[in-house]
Amino acid sequence: MSVIVLSEDNFDEEVRKTDKKVLVDFYADWCGPCKMMAPAIEKIAEEVAEYAKVGKVNVDDSPEIAEEFGIMSIPTLLIFENGEVIHKHVGVTDKETLMSELK
Amino acid sequence: MYDIIIVGAGPAGISAGLYARRANKNVLIIYSGESNLEKAEKIDNYYGFVNGISGKDLYENGIRQAENIGVEVKKEEVLNIEMTLDGFAVKTIDNVYESSVCIIATGNKKLRPNIKGIIELEGKGVSYCAICDGFFYRNKNVVVIGNGKYAVSEAKDLENIVQNVKILTDGKEMEADTTFDVDTRKISQIIGEDRVEAIKFEDGDTIDVNGVFIALGEAGGSDFAKKIGVILDKDSIKVDENMATNVKGLYSCGNSTGGLLQVSKAVYEGAVAGLSAVKYLNERK
Repeated sequence: MSVIVLSEDNFDEEVRKTDKKVLVDFYADWCGPCKMMAPAIEKIAEEVAEYAKVGKVNVDDSPEIAEEFGIMSIPTLLIFENGEVIHKHVGVTDKETLMSELK
Repeated sequence: MYDIIIVGAGPAGISAGLYARRANKNVLIIYSGESNLEKAEKIDNYYGFVNGISGKDLYENGIRQAENIGVEVKKEEVLNIEMTLDGFAVKTIDNVYESSVCIIATGNKKLRPNIKGIIELEGKGVSYCAICDGFFYRNKNVVVIGNGKYAVSEAKDLENIVQNVKILTDGKEMEADTTFDVDTRKISQIIGEDRVEAIKFEDGDTIDVNGVFIALGEAGGSDFAKKIGVILDKDSIKVDENMATNVKGLYSCGNSTGGLLQVSKAVYEGAVAGLSAVKYLNERK
């Protein structure tokens, strides 16, 4: 499955109201480290497709979501379970760590 | 455009340069500041020196050795390393140099100052990258903690976005010329729970701030790495067995990668980084 583009319109549905764990990547197009993180995020989305979801929030397009989760630095990666944040990583994070937290 | 730019001229950087130059690559080494090696009075545990050698001599010999085989060596303070379409741009105070490959061999620089609250508030107002995170502080008050040209450069990146930016030296003398407000008092704590709220000084005074940007001393390997998107392990750059980082074409070696802080380890890693960089360039053609 590919990375879900998240916005105010679908955030509740895709992240809060699902029984799967969800990895959400907060990023912006002008952020160098975010671009570095993007290929890993795509790969994770493919590899966890059977049991978890992966989405991304562009902080320029959806500042309200970034504000709600207190995002002050990008990339920030949040992992949700039952609508709650269970892991938070600020900065580029290795794929293995994220994969193990999505299991 | 160089084939390889190496930042740092200690044993790791020089060793990488020697191997790359001997493979006919066009190599530039940029360095500044004091090397840990230069400060070591005597090195007694490195192969081949019967009576030991002073750190300063070993360091200077290394630079001369690299120059003798055709490595270009420049003494300039590097402020930033950026990715370009076909490699890297290494920005110093006065110049920009471009290369296909970059090797970070800047030694082990501490990323975080010992100030209460820093780790807890990372990502909640404490940042290590003005250009990445300045956006979140539009019309807010921020401070840069540092005392050199690097701190001034970070403050400049912020000044057009934020309402007010001030440089805090945390008890050190300001070592760069600047028109920004500078406060040299020692900091005791960064205050805040979910977000940074204030800075408390040792004299008991507090100032309200929304963001704290860390830019200690000269920019080091971990500072560059964070801005490019290299994965770090605490303050060290994470590399594989080929000294490659997670960023294509970017390598690191020596004390920058953590572990044993010894000349022998730096020389070995430099050799591996140099040879890996050569292999990468040859395969890319």
